[in-house]
Amino acid sequence: MKLRVYLTFNQQNVTEPVIWKLGRAFDVITNIRTAEVRENMGLVGLELEGKSEDIEAAVQWLGEQGVHVEPIEQNVIEG
Amino acid sequence: MNIVRALKCRECGQEYEIQPTHVCEFCFGPLEVVYDYEKLEGFFTRELIESRPQTMWRYKELLPINGEPTVGVQNGFTPLVRAKNLEKALGVSELYIKNDSVCYPTLSFKDRVVSVALSKAVEFGFKTVACASTGNLAGSVAANAAAAGLESYVFIPHDLEQGKVLGAGIFGTKIIGITGEYDDVNRLCSEVAGKYGWAFVNVNVRPFYAEGSKSLGYEMMEQLGWKAPKHVVVPMASGSLCTKVAKSINEFIKLGLVEDNGTAIYGAQATGCSPIAKSVKEGSDLIHPVRAKTIAKSLAIGNPADGYYANRVIRETGGWAEDVSDEEVVAAMRLLAETEGIFAETAGGVTLGCARKMIESGKLPRDESIVLCITGNGLKTQEAVVDAIDKPRIISASLKEFDILAEADGVK
Repeated sequence: MKLRVYLTFNQQNVTEPVIWKLGRAFDVITNIRTAEVRENMGLVGLELEGKSEDIEAAVQWLGEQGVHVEPIEQNVIEG
Repeated sequence: MNIVRALKCRECGQEYEIQPTHVCEFCFGPLEVVYDYEKLEGFFTRELIESRPQTMWRYKELLPINGEPTVGVQNGFTPLVRAKNLEKALGVSELYIKNDSVCYPTLSFKDRVVSVALSKAVEFGFKTVACASTGNLAGSVAANAAAAGLESYVFIPHDLEQGKVLGAGIFGTKIIGITGEYDDVNRLCSEVAGKYGWAFVNVNVRPFYAEGSKSLGYEMMEQLGWKAPKHVVVPMASGSLCTKVAKSINEFIKLGLVEDNGTAIYGAQATGCSPIAKSVKEGSDLIHPVRAKTIAKSLAIGNPADGYYANRVIRETGGWAEDVSDEEVVAAMRLLAETEGIFAETAGGVTLGCARKMIESGKLPRDESIVLCITGNGLKTQEAVVDAIDKPRIISASLKEFDILAEADGVK
């Protein structure tokens, strides 16, 4: 399956090679489609491709690294 | 006349034919409806618009549907109120309330966006429509779908207030309550939207849905006597309304329906969820996601999808953004009710509270026209003010007892 997400990096993890680490730790293809990296924040549009359990584990791991993961649809819930 | 050209990526400019999709396949940027305005030259006049029924559809050429609307035909055209008493209270000379707290049929501006989304969904051949919501959107989708004979699914957080569950449930929609953190609910709903062949109003038909907000701006300008105001204050959740009010003004200028009045757009948020206001104040264009904590639940979007674009509109038009505490929200709700007889929901308190703050700080000038956009009805968020209003004084059915109260009130 494929999952499209936005990753938001903060000041602490924006200089870490998080996506490279993800590619080594999980059997998931990472495909960066858009990115903007600043001194204290980073925003990356990422496509993840692989088995659903691998993608799920990878998403959970990203959260543990302090990376905010959100589906590309962003806020589906409205007022 | 249909002048819709395509869906266009706001980031990379890639164009797509009209279809139920919302994200650019290349760069994941959001898609927006674009039009061939020159086709309307000499045709789309003030006279033509004024000759049509007083609904949001009198501007149908600028809304992304084919021909006539099929859902929400009566919606829109809410009052623009000259707020004389509030002018005095705030010390300003020309203030208006665009009062969408009485929008037909479910008392919020969501009826505008939903009627466009569902009309488009019918065009695309969808039989089932859906949304995820904490209140206004749920009610509007449920009601408009019922009236249009469409099946509907509404996803809500499992602990939503009874009043809001009722406000959607009465229309016979299928309500699903979801346990978990906000992010989990969000993720599930986007997966549901991807898997089932439904029109999810703020997912796959979002580009069309969002365009409905422009009707609020068109009405505002027509009701001002075909004039754009100098200043407009808009509540911000995703930030979409901010960008669409700006788009509506630009379109009317382009079509020669109003003159360019240099309108500045101002955004209002609750302090407990103010990622866009914060970015404007900091002079940054990056939106840091936050965990929302405010009584203004209809504005509680921690990672606003249109935040970047709202920020840009505010800065480019020379506006500003502000945020107010929950106490200031309640105080502003009371002020609006007591001065103008308008009971707005918490988001209305946010808008007025922020406007007041910006008037006091000089960001909003006191001697130029200001429009406040009130987007929802206070009857839906009663719990926010229930402790702030006076309780009734109980007496027996005796004139003598009432005389005592009247005397205490200074009644002669």
